[in-house]
Amino acid sequence: MTQRAPAECGLKQIASPNEVELERAAPASVSYWSILIAPRTAQLDSHGREVLADVRQIGLDHVEAVRFCRVYLLGGMLTEQDIRLVANELLADPVAENYVVFAGLSARPDGELRVLEHGLAGGIRPLKPGSAGACAIEVHPLPGVMNPAALSTLDAAQRLLSVRSSKARIAEVQTARRYNVVGARSTDDLEQIAASVLANDCIERWYIRGFGRNDAIPDGFPLPNERPFALRHVPMREMADDQLARLSREGHLFLSLEEMRTIQDYFRRIGREPTDLELETLAQTWSEHCVHKTLKSAIDYHGADFGRPGETSVRFDNLLKDTIAAATHALDRDWCLSVFVDNAGIVTFDDEYGIAFKVETHNHPSAIEPYGGASTGVGGCIRDIMGCGLGAKPIASTDVFCLAPPDFDPAHVPAGVLHPRRVLKGVVRGVRDYGNRMGIPTVNGAIYFDERYLANPLVFCGCVGLIPRKFIHKEPKTGDYVVVAGGRTGRDGIHGATFSSAELTEQHADEFSHAVQIGNAIEEKKLLDAQLLARDHESGCLYSAVTDCGAGGLSSAVGEMGAELGVEVELEKAPLKYVGLRYDEIWISEAQERMVFAVPPDRLEKFLSVFAAEEVEATVIGRFTNDRKLHVRYNGQTVGELDMAFLHDGLPRTVRRASWGLRERHVGGKASDEATKQRSNEDPSRDSSEPRTSVRAESPDPNRDRKGAEQSPIAHRRPAITKSPITRFSTAEFRTRLLNALRHPNIASKEWVIRQYDHEVQGRSVIKPLVGPGFGPSDAAVLRPRYDGCRGIALGCGLCPQWSEIDPYWMAILAIDEALRNIICVGADPDQTAILDNFCWPKCDNEESLGALVRTCVGAKDAAIAYGLPFISGKDSLNNEFTMSPEESRRTGLPQRLAIPPTLLISALGMVPDVRRCVSMDLKQPGNVIVLASAPVNYVGLTEAKRHHDRVSELIRGGAVRSAHDVSDGGLAVAVAEMCIASGLGLDIDAMDQSRDRKGAEPTLPLNKGGLGGVDSAEDHDWNRLDLGTLSSRWFDEIPTTYVLEMTESDARQSGFPVIGRVSASDEAPARVRFVGFAKDSSRPQQIEAVEIAVDELARAWREPLFEGGNT
Amino acid sequence: MPGTVPVLVLRTAGINCDEEIVHAWRLAGASPTLLHLNELVEHPDRLDEFSIVTIPGGFSYGDDIAAGKILAERIELGLADALKKFVDNGGGVLGVCNGFQVLVKLGLLPGGEFSRDQVTVTYNDSARFEARWVRLEIATDRTPFLNPNLADGVEVDDWLMCIEMPVEHAEGKVVTSSMDVASKLLLNGQVALRYVDDEGEFDTYPANPNGSVLGIAGLCDPTGRIFGLMPHPDRFFDHTQHPQWTRRHSTGAADNGRAKPPEPPDGLRIFQNAVAYWSTHRNR
Repeated sequence: MTQRAPAECGLKQIASPNEVELERAAPASVSYWSILIAPRTAQLDSHGREVLADVRQIGLDHVEAVRFCRVYLLGGMLTEQDIRLVANELLADPVAENYVVFAGLSARPDGELRVLEHGLAGGIRPLKPGSAGACAIEVHPLPGVMNPAALSTLDAAQRLLSVRSSKARIAEVQTARRYNVVGARSTDDLEQIAASVLANDCIERWYIRGFGRNDAIPDGFPLPNERPFALRHVPMREMADDQLARLSREGHLFLSLEEMRTIQDYFRRIGREPTDLELETLAQTWSEHCVHKTLKSAIDYHGADFGRPGETSVRFDNLLKDTIAAATHALDRDWCLSVFVDNAGIVTFDDEYGIAFKVETHNHPSAIEPYGGASTGVGGCIRDIMGCGLGAKPIASTDVFCLAPPDFDPAHVPAGVLHPRRVLKGVVRGVRDYGNRMGIPTVNGAIYFDERYLANPLVFCGCVGLIPRKFIHKEPKTGDYVVVAGGRTGRDGIHGATFSSAELTEQHADEFSHAVQIGNAIEEKKLLDAQLLARDHESGCLYSAVTDCGAGGLSSAVGEMGAELGVEVELEKAPLKYVGLRYDEIWISEAQERMVFAVPPDRLEKFLSVFAAEEVEATVIGRFTNDRKLHVRYNGQTVGELDMAFLHDGLPRTVRRASWGLRERHVGGKASDEATKQRSNEDPSRDSSEPRTSVRAESPDPNRDRKGAEQSPIAHRRPAITKSPITRFSTAEFRTRLLNALRHPNIASKEWVIRQYDHEVQGRSVIKPLVGPGFGPSDAAVLRPRYDGCRGIALGCGLCPQWSEIDPYWMAILAIDEALRNIICVGADPDQTAILDNFCWPKCDNEESLGALVRTCVGAKDAAIAYGLPFISGKDSLNNEFTMSPEESRRTGLPQRLAIPPTLLISALGMVPDVRRCVSMDLKQPGNVIVLASAPVNYVGLTEAKRHHDRVSELIRGGAVRSAHDVSDGGLAVAVAEMCIASGLGLDIDAMDQSRDRKGAEPTLPLNKGGLGGVDSAEDHDWNRLDLGTLSSRWFDEIPTTYVLEMTESDARQSGFPVIGRVSASDEAPARVRFVGFAKDSSRPQQIEAVEIAVDELARAWREPLFEGGNT
Repeated sequence: MPGTVPVLVLRTAGINCDEEIVHAWRLAGASPTLLHLNELVEHPDRLDEFSIVTIPGGFSYGDDIAAGKILAERIELGLADALKKFVDNGGGVLGVCNGFQVLVKLGLLPGGEFSRDQVTVTYNDSARFEARWVRLEIATDRTPFLNPNLADGVEVDDWLMCIEMPVEHAEGKVVTSSMDVASKLLLNGQVALRYVDDEGEFDTYPANPNGSVLGIAGLCDPTGRIFGLMPHPDRFFDHTQHPQWTRRHSTGAADNGRAKPPEPPDGLRIFQNAVAYWSTHRNR
């Protein structure tokens, strides 16, 4: 046994004060150990197999096997016997695993390069020296990175040893993962496996052994040194503009020059220089993330009118207030209990309860570390729900991802960007691990693929909470204690709020690695349990206000809570994960799983004892005052003092200019004729009416257009949308087209993702994400919030970034229309439905981009008012661009600057009067007919569309509809195919009658005029014809306002909607879908053709693409 | 007989299915009480107040090290004797999902002649968390949780041989140290539930969602009073929780073609069986 002195600059996970003393008292007796644990047999090594599949996915087909080992590194006053006790009783499974113990962390001899196998004494067998299999990769977390498993292992080992071994003291635990790789050919292979599959160098470090390489694993547990306290002032009062700009940039403040000048003026006025903490506080509080300064700014808009032909000039004093909030105000629904003022919006559920709903984005962190980014995104949104009012109980989560397609050519991925498949897998795992552990069902979501999200993936996390209505108001009082509860503060997640204002670059991973965090769901679950017990305490709620520590950490949480009163904080009291944090780091750290409470003095004792009983740390760090000042001290010394008035209201208001021209964006007009002709000549399987994905080109070049699609992932073409004239298909083309549409990643089954989420925990889920025996895609989720009632809520979403290039005004309307259709399909009441907005923009630094934002906001307002859907909450992320070097641009063939398409996510929350009357989208009954319920006039105004939605909703809620599905991505053909796949039943579709006989009532697209600013002409009408009787591209267009409904024949007749098909008898085996239509190029309308496709074949096409996350 | 059987529902860091299991017990007519592990460890005598102890699902202590391992350790170090006494006196123990993992790691399941070195629960063959509904064959008549006829005065001729419930876990694969152990478990009647597909096979994926030996989904001890299962009966106490309910059931005449639901849902039945048994077999 070797004994080692503790590392000189050790990362001390502070377990308890005793441990620290122990270290100081007897360093010589501290020993370090490592334990390697592996599954006994290859068959039991499912993680190894999973990694092997990923390794082969990156092209290393020659790798034969990967064997996984868990590694525990332990330090303390420990004998070998102690270590064996811990290994036997705690760490290794006696049936499924074997283990080996080594003295020292790095002192493992060469002989330790063994594959652990079953059946040998001791369970290990060294590989022959020099054998190709003898290589291993070990992955360790970087110092300072949150490692919850290490903490709970430490705790469990301490408990075990305290009972079983009187002398042993265990002080430190770290965990790591080891992969023994068989069949690698070089260290290059191993490096590639480590970097592309196993580890993320942002948060982890790997060590390679094999092929003569023998990376030394450092002894001890390293961590930065403790630094002596030094108060730092930033001399800015005399700075010139260029110096101010530099300070903003290099200090990662991301403030504009005007904002910097305002701060300079403030400190000139009060006659001193700011401290670093004060500048940080202002930067956090004034960040886009925290105050939405763009959306709230005054904007002069000049450009195309909204929903009408012609141009207009409008002045918005506060864009958000004048549009989104104005809609809510105009609608004035009495069931909206709390809108835009709290961490989440709250609506009435019943007399006793309200429902809180919030959707957040966590884009930048997810780009750098998808797992950590997504999991902390989920965790943060849950804390928003816990922090709204006096706290809601989270009952459901939603997640929406916008990513580049998983089959994107790796050769074109720029440095600093993770491959989209890795992003997909990481974010799915992140949502899964956090949501499942919290015990909150993830019930609804979407994944949208588009190449333009390559460098800036979007991760939206939503959370729904149930809150007693008596708890929706909160107010801290002078004299209340400031209590921080939950996880400890560490250096993780510094600069997150300002980071979200940054443009990502090749270097962002290095520069902002400190913004990456790893979540600890169990810490948050404990915090939630304790909070709800304190809220529901028999003597009344034990606190007067609560908020979450989100972006900006204590600086935002405490600063916000004390905005009206004033607050003083003593930073040295905040519990820390390890020594060595500076005061300003403590103040702005975004360490997860913390909430801040305002606790009245007479309830403090009870409050602290409730938290202690739940094993949640709660600490008084300050007190609310009444001087409207933020006063921050560290060990008695003032490190920051700001007027709340300046902090919260001092942000200079700017007037921005925005414009939007329609120019060649007329898709329905003459301008696009050329393009559409071209498109109609393409292979129908590539027709543009499929959801289109391409990286936005700086200058569209029609000649590169089609070539680009074949040769490079950077399709240099306009992200054209679909509203092309009808392309007629032969039966063969129609068939190919349908199968390809089902295979498109945006449409293909997301079962692989959905099954990893627990969507049933809490027992509230009534309509789940996969419905019918064929696991079809549900339009929306339904939950029953109270076990003792049948009232429910429906959750749905709408997202159509493909429209942003055509007209963001219509993008907003269509997203709202889609979200509404989704929840109507399952049985929600559109008159008791609220919506949320989430804006993700490339950048708002030019008039055009800001113009797009304005148009989106106005469209959102118009649709919200017309449809009667109040916005209750929203969030924006307005800097989703990536810049790479010219060399990298040349290498990848991508433009130097990558920007996402302007993206608006609408989330809908609708009340369901009785969940027992809900409807799912799978076909139910042979003999029933299906109708196409589309707004029945040529020009659809939003008011008429609203009447139409109401009518469909009444039919569904009235019980006349057996299954309902909306016509979205992939159009009518895909909608009916999905209904068949979900049920296993077949359909006969023959819409020719409708086409022939109901000329006047033909369903048409609502986009002919207003949206495109066009004129009301016969030409437009033609262009917009759905023309169902023809096997044509029209079958694959998303049609707003449109549903497919299954009803009995008599109900269908009564409804007045056109019947377009009939559910085939179930004895017709195998089930088939039959489309009957006019033949291609047919001059005689009576010449018809039919396409028949087995439902099984459709199902296969739909299921395969994303099976195993695109691993096939 | 509402409130007749006192049931303890154990709660601790990371347990997250306590709310629905309390509701299921209540629906079944029991009188459930939530209690934090720490409080129970401090006052082990409190076990005497109850007829049944329930360990619900969740991710106790993050499932760090292995699922259920740390909670098992805490129970073993703090409650082992009290729990043994409780069971010896006729008390029942139900472990669902994470609770089942805990009972196995504790050695309470399968118990009897089997040691902890012979049976364990480990990672799914798929190496990841999976949520899906499964069909389960009832493979024993030993446990009152599954066999209603063990309750005094109850005679049910056609008790179900096959039930449906959701599984939601990443570590649910039951592994034995040898096939002999597995067969002996079966012969002893300690295999309580087995995953089964439409053809009656136990080892096909995804009918067997995790690769469990013999399709074992639930185990009981030789007395039948300790029972644990990976699937979630606590998520099937109402018909609207079944994934196909919109195809099958209706609430009123207006819902064309839908049948009235059968009574009661499979999950709730397990709680009802236990209430029927322990309301006549008092353990105090």
